[in-house]
Amino acid sequence: MTDLTELTIAEAREGLKNKEFSAVELNKAYIAAMEKKREYNAYVSETPEVALEQAAAADSRYRQGQAGDLDGIPLGIKDLFCTENIRTTACSKILDNFIPPYESTVTAHLKASGATCLGKLNMDEFAMGGSNETSFFGPVKNPWSKDMALVAGGSSGGSAAAVAAGICAAATGTDTGGSIRQPSAYCGVTGIKPSYGRCSRYGIMAFASSLDQAGPIAKDVRDCAILLRTMAGYDPKDSTSVNAAVPDFEKFLGADIKGMKIGIPAEYRVDGLDKEVAAYWDKAAEMLKSRGAEVVEVSLPHTKYALAAYYIIAPAEASSNLARYDGLRYGERVNGRHLDDMYINSRSQGFGKEVKRRIMIGTYVLSAGYYDAYYLKAQKVRRLIQQDFQQAFAKCDVILSPTAPTAAFPIGDENMRKDPITMWLNDIYTVAVSLAGLPAMSLPIGLNSAGLPLGMQLIGRYLDEESVFKAAAALEKDAAFKRMK
Amino acid sequence: MSGMIIETANNKWEVICGLEIHCQIISKSKMFSGASTEFGADANEHVSFVDAGMPGMLPTLNKMCVRQAVKTGMGLNAAINKYSEFSRKNYFYADLPQGYQITQFKYPIVGEGKVTIDLVDGSSKDIGIERMHIEQDAGKSIHDMAPDKSFIDLNRAGVGLMEIVTKPDFRAPEEAGEFLRKLRSIVRYLGTCDGNMDEGSMRCDVNVSVRKVGEDGYRTRCEMKNVNSVKFVVQAIENEAKRHVEVYESGGQIAQETRQFDPVSGQTKVMRKKEFAHDYRYFPEPDLPPLILDDAFIEEVKKEMVELPDAKKTRFVNELGLTKYDASVLCENKEIADFFEAASQGRDAKKVANWMMGDFFAMLNEKKIGIEESPVSAENLGKLVDLISQNVISGKIAKDVFVLMVESGENPEKIVEEKGLKQVTDSGAIEAIVEKVIAANPANVEAYRGGKTGLMGWFVGQVMKESQGKANPGVVNSLLKEKLG
Repeated sequence: MTDLTELTIAEAREGLKNKEFSAVELNKAYIAAMEKKREYNAYVSETPEVALEQAAAADSRYRQGQAGDLDGIPLGIKDLFCTENIRTTACSKILDNFIPPYESTVTAHLKASGATCLGKLNMDEFAMGGSNETSFFGPVKNPWSKDMALVAGGSSGGSAAAVAAGICAAATGTDTGGSIRQPSAYCGVTGIKPSYGRCSRYGIMAFASSLDQAGPIAKDVRDCAILLRTMAGYDPKDSTSVNAAVPDFEKFLGADIKGMKIGIPAEYRVDGLDKEVAAYWDKAAEMLKSRGAEVVEVSLPHTKYALAAYYIIAPAEASSNLARYDGLRYGERVNGRHLDDMYINSRSQGFGKEVKRRIMIGTYVLSAGYYDAYYLKAQKVRRLIQQDFQQAFAKCDVILSPTAPTAAFPIGDENMRKDPITMWLNDIYTVAVSLAGLPAMSLPIGLNSAGLPLGMQLIGRYLDEESVFKAAAALEKDAAFKRMK
Repeated sequence: MSGMIIETANNKWEVICGLEIHCQIISKSKMFSGASTEFGADANEHVSFVDAGMPGMLPTLNKMCVRQAVKTGMGLNAAINKYSEFSRKNYFYADLPQGYQITQFKYPIVGEGKVTIDLVDGSSKDIGIERMHIEQDAGKSIHDMAPDKSFIDLNRAGVGLMEIVTKPDFRAPEEAGEFLRKLRSIVRYLGTCDGNMDEGSMRCDVNVSVRKVGEDGYRTRCEMKNVNSVKFVVQAIENEAKRHVEVYESGGQIAQETRQFDPVSGQTKVMRKKEFAHDYRYFPEPDLPPLILDDAFIEEVKKEMVELPDAKKTRFVNELGLTKYDASVLCENKEIADFFEAASQGRDAKKVANWMMGDFFAMLNEKKIGIEESPVSAENLGKLVDLISQNVISGKIAKDVFVLMVESGENPEKIVEEKGLKQVTDSGAIEAIVEKVIAANPANVEAYRGGKTGLMGWFVGQVMKESQGKANPGVVNSLLKEKLG
């Protein structure tokens, strides 16, 4: 029998339906792999007993012919999603040992369709970071790197690494400025950030409310389509979720892309763009063109302001969203003589450096006298960026760009440590999309000369995941990327 | 009425005052969660995960609170803003679980309006409403249960509030007092707030400054937080204004600060100086979309509007012939107005009003009960008035009947019947008594006929006594006149 952990969800689903193996067997295979590959530091909580219990229940549903869409499929859950009775920490010391008495809407959907939970996945603390190095539990190691030297990306580093390493069939991620797409690119896996509002944010610990979106990270485009259909949907418990029908994304795969217009933004050819990444970008455009798509140049003139706007808006919201972690009702408490001392002690000791940096930036940009110059101006830029995309999408159906300007970089990179802005530059292709609330997928396009995966990003119109899936399926076929064994 | 003027040796000072009133919205559940707003439950019994600021929880707007706010806005003759926005007001406190209060800042739901108040001299004055916005309440910190601990009760956390801000239109403490009574009456009529200042469901912040008569612009104001009765508001304004005058007259300056009113001394003391004022870092609430009201909704609320005290008063004066004074007493409280209308239905309203203003209110006062607990129903009070109008009983007997009604809660007709209190109008029966009295008192008859006509009253009294008060006084009078010649 083949190694069950090599199967995609689509393949595993067939195997389960045809009784080639049981859900328990499938889960046991993943559990064994998870335990064997702890060196990646992908999981921060393992829940094999939960997975096996759920798998046994799934098997009985298969026997009764009542199996759900994802019955018995073993998933890893990013530790930002609250999972009932399972420790959820956001990889922060301040929530070490926090056990939520409720389930996020997205994971509840997955659970309801039969998916099992192998455990909770590592991430940057409160999703703030692009390398998974800000996690209280230490960085995730990129499975593609030799000697464990490279980052998995972030913030959903654990999710991307776990999928790449075959220690979960797929994973949930969240994306605020690139947190699904960038680690997917670094780890050679496929991830989609759907349109803002597609997935409910209820039960996902908030980083930046106006940007946060959940999405799947999986082995291929089809698995993303399968998962997203279950994860998405209007939720009255999240006032920002959209009340729109969720299509069966799978049926868009393999569609003819003849005549589809692929936009290439001129402004994305930035200085820091790696030559090999640039070459793959051209190659990807060629692949789509050879299938009859039309490649057109588009302009996103406000791109250069996107990073600045993002690093004002996201920290501003974060500074407020993270105010609730005060040591009073749950989580880490470090007592003090007065209430204020307790706040200061708990938050000083409970939060890591990057989180504190962003809380301070956010607090600053919202302060009296600075609000107009920073926050308000950033919101204006955000509207201009949205308009850029609207104008670009008048000329094209999807936009093709690299996901990140380079391949995965080393853990503990000296430059980035000295100047956090260099780390933030990795988000250059992803943040504008987040600010505009658009759907975007990252899929692996090939390996660079160092043998590291590179990712391409396909951006669609608001709520037009359909075009993204169509183009991605075509590109995936032509790229013929070989997953890690 | 002219305002309050504080005269000193060299100057005349006028008082400038504005109010900010927090009204707790009457609704079954809280403003952004499904938890109950019921008063008097055990501590922390009505707390949802949202109210407790648990990770990943999101607010969802309670439409009932919006409806109540719109209704109140209409009651304040104010502009209803079809577009409004929620904002976060950020500050740390133990009874504020999220670390921010969801409120409205730049775009409130209700704009400018006015409320007319009646002053003691019979004049009236319009008080401008600057705005009204909706927001959530905080919980309660309890510091006096243990020497070294504070306790937090979150039952109130998240309950909806309306904050009404007046223009600085008050020129005398009594005007502010009258406004509060009027506002309380309006919200009670509307059923949007119960208006109980002593229970904290209506709370008042008072802004006071003074200026020399004839001076343009405003001087520095001080704010007094949470003054919790009409009486204290009046007292606080008066004493604070005097303090300002004393400071200016002695060559000092008033510092902008927040002060606390001490109900025991009647004085105010510094709570927080301006330099320690919070920077609340307001920004638009990213978890809630802007609140857009459509015409249909506004029309719907308009249809639900009840007749407000001013309109009712005018109707009572113009259509029912009540005096302005009686009408305003009967209209201050909706229950009283409703009782009056029920009691006066189909009869002489003025007579019913007289009864209510007299014996009826005296009875409620004596028993220290509200009108809803009255042993005399509106229907029975009306019947009592009927019995007098129909000459079944005299006004004097009616007072006795009323006492019996209070004791038994019975129908006056039944009481009159059972106690045999029916007035005698049969002139034959009365004539017999008159003759009997005349025969028994020859000396007085002679004196009367000799010119001492003042004795007529004495004769009437004798006849009434003989008839046990049941003889119709009109018939007695005319018969006596006839017989005595």
